[in-house]
Amino acid sequence: MTYLAKPRLHHPDLPKNKLGFTRRDYEGPVSTLCAGCGHDSISAAIIQAFYDLSIAPHKVAKLSGIGCSSKTPTYFLGQSHGFNSVHGRMPSVLTGAALANRDLIYLGVSGDGDSASIGIGQFAHAMRRGVNMVYIVENNGVYGLTKGQFSATADKGSKAKRGAVNSDEPIDLVQLALVLGATFVARGFSGDKEQLVPLIKAAVEHRGAAFIDVVSPCVAFNNHPGSTKSYDYVRAHNEAVNRLDFVSVREPITAAVPVGGVESITLHDGGSIRLRKLHPEYDARDKVGALAYLEEHRMRGEVVTGLLYVQDDPVDLHESQNTVAVPLNSLGDEALIPGNAALAAFNARMR
Amino acid sequence: MKPIARVNDFVVKFSNVNGSGSASANALFARAVLRMGVPVAARNIFPSNIQGLPTWYEVRIVEDGWRGRRGGVDMMVAMNPETWAQDVAEVEAGGYLFYDSSKPLPASRLRDDITAIGMPITAICNAEYSDARQRQLFKNIVYLGALASLLSIEPAEIERLFAEQYKGKEALLEANRKALRMGYDHESVQQRIGLKVERRDKVGEKIFLDGNQAAALGAVYGGATLCAWYPITPSSSVAEAFAAQCRKYRVEPGTGKSRYAIVQAEDELASIGMVIGGAWNGARSFTATSGPGISLMQEFIGLAYFAEIPAVLIDVQRGSPSTGMPTKTQQADLLCCAYASHGDTKHVLLFPQDPKECFEMSAQAFDLADRLQTPIFVMLDLDIGMQDWLCDPFTWDDSRRMDRGKVMSAADLEAGKDFGRYLDRDGDGIPFRTIPGTHARRGAYFTRGTSKDRYARYTEDGSIYADNMQRLLRKFETAKGLVPAPVIERAAQPTNAGVIWYGSTGAPMAESLAALERHGIHLDRMRIRGFPFADPVAEFIAAHEHVFLVEQNRDAQLRTLIVTECGIAPERLIPVLHYDGNPLTARFITREIAEKAELFNVKHLRKVAP
Repeated sequence: MTYLAKPRLHHPDLPKNKLGFTRRDYEGPVSTLCAGCGHDSISAAIIQAFYDLSIAPHKVAKLSGIGCSSKTPTYFLGQSHGFNSVHGRMPSVLTGAALANRDLIYLGVSGDGDSASIGIGQFAHAMRRGVNMVYIVENNGVYGLTKGQFSATADKGSKAKRGAVNSDEPIDLVQLALVLGATFVARGFSGDKEQLVPLIKAAVEHRGAAFIDVVSPCVAFNNHPGSTKSYDYVRAHNEAVNRLDFVSVREPITAAVPVGGVESITLHDGGSIRLRKLHPEYDARDKVGALAYLEEHRMRGEVVTGLLYVQDDPVDLHESQNTVAVPLNSLGDEALIPGNAALAAFNARMR
Repeated sequence: MKPIARVNDFVVKFSNVNGSGSASANALFARAVLRMGVPVAARNIFPSNIQGLPTWYEVRIVEDGWRGRRGGVDMMVAMNPETWAQDVAEVEAGGYLFYDSSKPLPASRLRDDITAIGMPITAICNAEYSDARQRQLFKNIVYLGALASLLSIEPAEIERLFAEQYKGKEALLEANRKALRMGYDHESVQQRIGLKVERRDKVGEKIFLDGNQAAALGAVYGGATLCAWYPITPSSSVAEAFAAQCRKYRVEPGTGKSRYAIVQAEDELASIGMVIGGAWNGARSFTATSGPGISLMQEFIGLAYFAEIPAVLIDVQRGSPSTGMPTKTQQADLLCCAYASHGDTKHVLLFPQDPKECFEMSAQAFDLADRLQTPIFVMLDLDIGMQDWLCDPFTWDDSRRMDRGKVMSAADLEAGKDFGRYLDRDGDGIPFRTIPGTHARRGAYFTRGTSKDRYARYTEDGSIYADNMQRLLRKFETAKGLVPAPVIERAAQPTNAGVIWYGSTGAPMAESLAALERHGIHLDRMRIRGFPFADPVAEFIAAHEHVFLVEQNRDAQLRTLIVTECGIAPERLIPVLHYDGNPLTARFITREIAEKAELFNVKHLRKVAP
């Protein structure tokens, strides 16, 4: 793989967001993934979401594990610090980073092998700690970099490109995240940017563990007939429960209020999510209902997408740690070092 | 057999059942002796268990100030029927046995070459207290009073310790005083024995504490704001002490908010992952663990080395391999830390010799980590970490400031300084880093474990990879001048032999050197305090015909490190090895070196150059 830089010169007429950044400022170098890879569409959705939200790129830290999905942070937000860590361990690195500086936005990108197999432990504990982050799994049910082995999200009975049939039960990370205490749980499809971009935006604004499972077909190893993670299969079986109109305090409210079942969810910073309900019976605040709904549809071979669960007032890790309002990494000697007088008192207690 | 008669120089060993509340009474015994100005060396010998198994506490009362375990027992306080036979057998001939005589013992269970002093402790407590818990707990205080009487320890000192411990809890204070008096005044102990504590002025300003607590305080003074850990003996009390100290020193006035974060992680992989994430993002971060935890962290340690992340690991070594002897001491993690992870990796190690150096080196580790941008290992062991040691009081220079190393600021970036994350601008192998979020348009880079060029861009070009690996070696060379230098001292007489040691071995070593001198064996000495080895290490070895290397592991791990890193022939270093998990004694070292000295024909005269 080579490093392909995009030209730095921008057309003067490129549209700019509120901060004066162009869309280009949110891009990275050219992707080296296979042509048609679902992951590249997710990268594009991430770029769009951060551009739309007018978040300064350097206020975002992007972290990943190992695998095709974990390579993608190179290809978006080129002006953000990135950390491609070790296989399955992005959640712990992200947790430490998030504790060090509460003022940045943390975007964790992982894959189904990275999160559901080797990293399932760290995935679980990051969710239950309520780390304030957006955790995206680019889920293709297959290991790409090592050439096509099944991952733990591959459906039972799904066929590998070379004919092997998966006999193990799949792990549904969405259901797992719900049970483990994630306070924002969604599923999208890399082929449906219109649904995915608002989901990412809402996840960014959510103060807590926000998880998005994005079904992302692997054109090289898992896009054939018989695969349940192929473009054709997902398009045919996508069951969207809602559509989001994301309204951030960062931008004027311009989205038209849709007709029909609309639910407004206010976020901690005053922004709101408007849910256009496609299935009137689906309640995104009802965890038990969500679990039952997901399981019923999973049994039928349908892929439920949309904002599946959201808790209005989550408690994030910084809140439970009771940390100071300023980033820990900004504290200096004055705030941190007790000094010699305190040490003399300590000595006295040890005699 | 003549009873042993010694003043301020004897060993009392307490045999207890763990979970019976004996630990605090035994610690009071040691502290009362200290308050009389007489130094002690104490060792807790405990099982990997919560309640019901045998546990021992050994107090060496030693006016000369030796800090190691002596070996042998002059007085046994036998409070555990289960280990009776073993405890009685361990007493030196002429020694003393203090025991609970509530149930009559046949003479066959005693020894005629030691003095037995029975006191019906259980009967006394049963008569005095109705509550079962009180009956148990006050037994410990009753025997403390009895020992004070037998050994001439001033009860007023114990009462002062009670008063400090139970400040504001008058009822508890009074109850303890009463129990102490019951023991002290009992008719069975109104006698003088050959062992006696006499007031001296040999403790001075010294403090008495364990190394884990000291290392935790070092992390506070080192500016650590993130601790991520997973419970493992014998290191858990580092994180717990850090939490307690942060509640004292790190709460923001006014808001009550924490200037720190502590996460008990799901395992050691997550602990080190969080440390790496925090350190990457500019917060001083550390973990505390033991050998098995280090094993689990290996992949991440390699990442931190290669991606150049400052991280501090406090390794409190225990008996290994595997789960080994979790409550026993060893220095057996050296190689697994020095070369931790896959690929070509080398790490900086620090070797504190006592709690004072635990404090100092733990604080220093954070400066070194930031300066060198690499993991730093502070190598404690159970003997230093979990035992109370008498050491010099801690001091801090208030003008000292954290050395955050080479960090490019927003102003530097704005001024157009050339930023390459892995670019060696100064020739010392250490590149500049940026903290995420520093500058809107400049200074961002992608951190990765895969090969990269000087500007942090992915590459698989072999020459660029090799160039980076060479720079990491240059950085390791720079580290030689930054880690604590070895402490070298000459013997009283010229000699052609030397001895090397590190860490907790220092305690028995000092005593052993004095004993060897009395045997006419004079050794120059070098205490190693850091890895990579500074030049004086190899020079010291080269300057001596015979060099002993004393360590607490089976495979002579420091010897391997010296042989490999200094290019010294293995036969130049004569290993003296102790690895049964118990604290090393001066007697052991003296015997081993004396035997080997004869074998190697160690001469006292240093060779003089012609």
